[in-house]
Amino acid sequence: MIVRILSEGQYDLADTALDRLNELDTAVEAAVAAGDETAFRAALAALLDGVRSVGTPHADDDFVESDLILPPADAALEEVRELLADDGLIPG
Amino acid sequence: MTLMKRMSLIFKAKANKALDKAEDPREVLDYSYQKQLELLTNVRKGVADVATSRKRVELQINQLQQQADKLQGQAQQAINVNREDLAREALTRKSGLAQQIADLQTQHANLQAEEEKLVLAQQRLQAKVEAFRTRKETIKATYTAAEAQTKINDAVAGIGEEMGDIGMAMQRAEDKTAQMQARAGAVDELLASGALEDLTAQPGDDIAKQLNELSSKSDVEAELAKLKGLNAPAAPQAIGQSEGTQQPTVDAPANETKPEAQS
Repeated sequence: MIVRILSEGQYDLADTALDRLNELDTAVEAAVAAGDETAFRAALAALLDGVRSVGTPHADDDFVESDLILPPADAALEEVRELLADDGLIPG
Repeated sequence: MTLMKRMSLIFKAKANKALDKAEDPREVLDYSYQKQLELLTNVRKGVADVATSRKRVELQINQLQQQADKLQGQAQQAINVNREDLAREALTRKSGLAQQIADLQTQHANLQAEEEKLVLAQQRLQAKVEAFRTRKETIKATYTAAEAQTKINDAVAGIGEEMGDIGMAMQRAEDKTAQMQARAGAVDELLASGALEDLTAQPGDDIAKQLNELSSKSDVEAELAKLKGLNAPAAPQAIGQSEGTQQPTVDAPANETKPEAQS
């Protein structure tokens, strides 16, 4: 499985890591829904750290699509909302 | 759907759209390659722009630091000639400068981080563009319609995602740099106005008032106490107190919003 952290690059991850990442992702999603910037920062950092720690950087000279794409580490909650709202999945 | 999946779908849809133009599959390869070279040029320019901003902030920090040192010297001189009022003014200005310097140092760290990110993005893109060029020629050479179409789609989708990512990183770096440039402009004006130059020329001018507001009074008092100590070795009690927690003439009511007691 290949995961991209925007602004940072791609990581190769074992498929078995997905369950754990999904848990961390749920926390990020909840913080975005609640508009809680502090919780969002912590949850996003935990999710990205999870990817970095179980994954290995994907080769620079290869180009394949990622299975998952994650926001940049320094993304603000509002920025993530805008990224997601672009196609109208999240109203308002 | 999870946040990760939504973001992935949206991002991929955008990246693919950007390369949707050509109809002949082999044209797609050339078109994509051309776009990659353009992006690489832009990233290089972006790195140079951020570096320029960083150097400008470095220069400003040095200039403000020189002013602060000068004001410190003036305060010392003023004390030497028993002009506590002038010394106070000098230290007040210096205190305002210290806050500006700290602010600029934060900006400098941010710009440096952006620059490092862009340099890494540039290296990544450079490696991918070179690999893409090789694969492009291979695909063209072994061209048999259906097989090549799949290879082309994979290659273009993979590089498209990378280009979308780097394009976004560029945009964010540019936005951040633009914000900091606006603030750097204000500091340049302050420096150019000469308001920081000569303490005796225009006491109480607009800049001095602004800096006054910025400055923290207790810093000034502490510095004054220190200076007096340096110039009045005959008063050991004052030295002892200024090293400790003495808070001369602190207004108690001003501390109402901070309930914790100072120890």
